Amino acid sequence: MTPQFHGFHTRSLHSGQQPDPTTGARAVPIYQTTSYVFPDSDHAAALFNLERGGHIYSRISNPTVAVLEERIAALEGGTGAVATASGQSALFLTLLTLMSSGAHIVASASLYGGSVNLLRHTLPRFGIETTFVPPRDPEAFRKALRPETRLVFSEVIGNPGLEVLDVPAVAQVAHEAGVPLLIDGTFNTPYLCRPLELGADLVMHSVTKWMGGHGVAIGGVVVEGGRFDWGRDGKFPTLTEPYAGYHGISFFEEFGPQAFLMRARSEGMRDFGPALSPQNAFYLLQGLETLPLRMERHRSNTEALLEFLSTSEEVAWVNHPSLPTHPDHERASRLLPKGAGSIVAFGLRGGRAAGAAFIDAVQLCSHLANVGDAKTLVIHPASTTHAQLDAEALQQAGIGEDLIRLSVGLEDPEDLVADLKQAFRRARKAVEAA
Amino acid sequence: MKFTVGDVEIFATTGGRPFQPELPGIVFLHGAGMDRTVWALQTRYFAHHGFSVVAVDLPGHGLSGGEPRESIEAWADWIPELIEALGIKEVSLVGHSMGSLIALEGAARFPDRIKRLALLGTALRMPVHPDLLQAAQENLPLASELIASWGHGRVGHLGGTAVPGMSLIGGGVSLLSTGTPGVLGQDLAVCNAYGGGKEAAAKVSCPTLCLLGAEDRMTPAREGKKLADALAGSELSVLSGAGHMMMLEAPDATLDALRQWFS
Repeated sequence: MTPQFHGFHTRSLHSGQQPDPTTGARAVPIYQTTSYVFPDSDHAAALFNLERGGHIYSRISNPTVAVLEERIAALEGGTGAVATASGQSALFLTLLTLMSSGAHIVASASLYGGSVNLLRHTLPRFGIETTFVPPRDPEAFRKALRPETRLVFSEVIGNPGLEVLDVPAVAQVAHEAGVPLLIDGTFNTPYLCRPLELGADLVMHSVTKWMGGHGVAIGGVVVEGGRFDWGRDGKFPTLTEPYAGYHGISFFEEFGPQAFLMRARSEGMRDFGPALSPQNAFYLLQGLETLPLRMERHRSNTEALLEFLSTSEEVAWVNHPSLPTHPDHERASRLLPKGAGSIVAFGLRGGRAAGAAFIDAVQLCSHLANVGDAKTLVIHPASTTHAQLDAEALQQAGIGEDLIRLSVGLEDPEDLVADLKQAFRRARKAVEAA
Repeated sequence: MKFTVGDVEIFATTGGRPFQPELPGIVFLHGAGMDRTVWALQTRYFAHHGFSVVAVDLPGHGLSGGEPRESIEAWADWIPELIEALGIKEVSLVGHSMGSLIALEGAARFPDRIKRLALLGTALRMPVHPDLLQAAQENLPLASELIASWGHGRVGHLGGTAVPGMSLIGGGVSLLSTGTPGVLGQDLAVCNAYGGGKEAAAKVSCPTLCLLGAEDRMTPAREGKKLADALAGSELSVLSGAGHMMMLEAPDATLDALRQWFS
């Protein structure tokens, strides 16, 4: 006897939504409204007091956004989700829901540059410190733990170093210290890896990237796994102690496996206000419907470009976890059996000058600061996405000055190879001319 | 709140208001392998509308100490101890699934302590599929997944939950899989073995509501109706679109049915 759950493709299309009961609309309607009429005063009071489910004001929740939240939660296997205006605000919401001044975070050194800035430069102003550690070494996470540590944070596939985290091992380190593991799953999406199944406790995404896939809308989300014991040793008073901002409610006592989400929505969305617009939620839902189909195409195109780059004379080195030469190849095969993502890092013979000339020469690929678009993107992280990092931080994050990051899209692979070939040729000529 | 029943520390939520013995009391009893949190919305409503509410973690469940009982009859015998510990004379009971059998048997055994009953996801008998029973007794993840699969109707599986952003399947699997090993297996064995429903129903003298889910695959509505038929003068309500986990799948409809029952 086996459980009868809907498969990943079906959940991508249906989870979180029933056909509109009033109109019969099959597509998710865009509820472009700030607020919702209460049937009566008792019902209104019950909504405000968490006695009934429903919507009050779209900064806190919205029916279109709720479909996106429930769908992503279903794809990740979580107890629920809160969507936000961006991936960055999802991270901020998560951190500020869990901890207060005096807390400490242990984080991978190979994170998105925006996450590094938040942790390294902004949060210390509010009394929250972070220790960065090499993501390949679970023991480094353990050694960085302090009594005041409240979170371990990493990506599954590092950015842009493409280190693959040993999620079960790092989760064990975190749990032995009584703290949760938060994973930024943007690069893997739940199609390639579901961190909650590997021991993580919270997963956040920039939904803007592969999950949306079209590059037209910014959004973020955080999903709760529901298995972490927030009440174990008093480290998370925001979840376990009475909250004066909500009539003394204890979220853990009353909502158990959804305690984090209830606090994040009741306090964070209310007080910080990082609401996702219903219009953007609709766009992101359109992308999610085809996530598994697109991820398969991302994978096959990535394989095609890796084959080309690995044999190209102009290329000095290529980095991707699916390559046998990658230090984490075995781990990637184990934790990411459907593919290790569609970000490829490489360097050209001729170093930074050749790289800059290459980026200026691409025609089909787009030079911009994003990843996970349906279209192929290129960027030079040392001068753009990670430009705020100093030389030491760049080195710690594995970002050489010659590193080019390629986000492989869905075009015909022959056209992508042709574009890279012509850009390599022009880059070589530019360097030779200089 | 924490309090002691016998010599065991019991944890319960009181719906966000302190327990006041002078108010009409309602005790909520959860099902096999679950805990107090399944009642979060309904308990908050009643606590803020003139009732004293206690949603307990049964012994061995959730944050409570102690050991799970080995029969529904033994669970029922715990009810007067609980009432005594709360410092009140009588309560109404709201029970779900295994909790409904405990409430039924408790009302039959202690008619002077039980004022009113609401039995959700209930039936005269609760035979458990042998594969589920075996998986639970072997502490396999399959047990939580089977209950989450069978315990939810269309809304639970496809979505559109009343509480924005929540996933019922994920929530159910998490809740069931984080319990103390062995407890779910024992609870299901207790449900499977219980054969006293008909006799208990004949002894129940307090008003009783049977609240059933039209899409319930664990305690199908037709089986719940047999219990309602055996309870003289009971009321029956079937929630369309809801499965076994009706208080989560259809929290408002469940609350409205309970409001009407206790008003």
